[in-house]
Amino acid sequence: MSWQTFLFLLYSAVACGFALLVVLSSNVVRMAFYLVVSLGATAGRFFLAGADFVGAMQLMIYVGGTLVLLVFGVMLTAQGPFVSMKTRGGDWILAALLAGSLLAFLAPAAFSVRDWTNAPEHAGEEHHASAAPQKSGARFQLTASIKDEATDDSKDEAADTAGMEDAETPESKDAEVEQVAAATPVQKDTATRLGMGLLGARVDQLEDRPEELKRGMSGYLLPFEIVSVHLLVVLVGAAYLARTKRRATS
Amino acid sequence: MEPIGVSHFMVVGAIMFASGVVCMATKRNALGVLMGIELVLNGANVNFVAMSSEFLSSNSSRGLGLDGQFIALFVIVLAAAEAAVALAITLNFYNNHSTVDVDRADELKG
Repeated sequence: MSWQTFLFLLYSAVACGFALLVVLSSNVVRMAFYLVVSLGATAGRFFLAGADFVGAMQLMIYVGGTLVLLVFGVMLTAQGPFVSMKTRGGDWILAALLAGSLLAFLAPAAFSVRDWTNAPEHAGEEHHASAAPQKSGARFQLTASIKDEATDDSKDEAADTAGMEDAETPESKDAEVEQVAAATPVQKDTATRLGMGLLGARVDQLEDRPEELKRGMSGYLLPFEIVSVHLLVVLVGAAYLARTKRRATS
Repeated sequence: MEPIGVSHFMVVGAIMFASGVVCMATKRNALGVLMGIELVLNGANVNFVAMSSEFLSSNSSRGLGLDGQFIALFVIVLAAAEAAVALAITLNFYNNHSTVDVDRADELKG
């Protein structure tokens, strides 16, 4: 068993087990703690899938923000009879039927699509060769040629310093800048690509951007602005709703 | 065991989704219903991230690419906004009715 499989099974067991504990527990304080553990394990699985920025945001916004908000709500309302509220037996039967039918529908559907499995397409083919995407293949070629260029430059520089007392040529500086600019989107961490995409530039799709969108490259600038204004309006509305009121009659 | 693929992530996401649906359906505490909503949104997010991953499927050019991670980020932000408003409504309900039992919120019943 490889370490990816082991970590996936560990995180999945923790996430699913604590999600089930959230459902089965009737104490609202314990439910909040179980939810923290479950969402933290989900963040670990995001890291495992290669989405490092989304995993960090899950830890910071969800576990560090939203759930702290929920725990505050629990602390403000958990008094006496509201700490532990039992569910009626009939509700459990209906809910178990609902969950069973949902799982019986979703779990076979997940395994029925060929593209969603990680098995090699052909028996003799090397697994990693088939797993490498075509787009990044082109990028790897790009970096390889740039690396060749860089070694040529260093050879030229060595020849220059050996022969003449010539200073650094402007061409080598340009090549250096080009190399930095070209190497940035090739990195496997997603924070740079996600940040550029939120500002409207899809540096991960430079090769296959559509013709009519070439100037703007159809990033996520407009949804980002909409979400920003939405968050501001929602927080103002939440502060308005939750403010303490003096009742006129009483 | 075959290498971990998108299918395994989707099964785990489905389990979290079903747990969240059951939690929403059975809890009588309003905050329990909120926790169920968080579980449902996370189960959906797991699927988006798994579909966007380059390492999980044998032919990742047919996946979502980086778009899945953008959608996951937006889902996280919108879940935070939703939790803030729902918590404000719950606290308002608690101040007015001195209870958080969702079965007692029946004033609109005809």
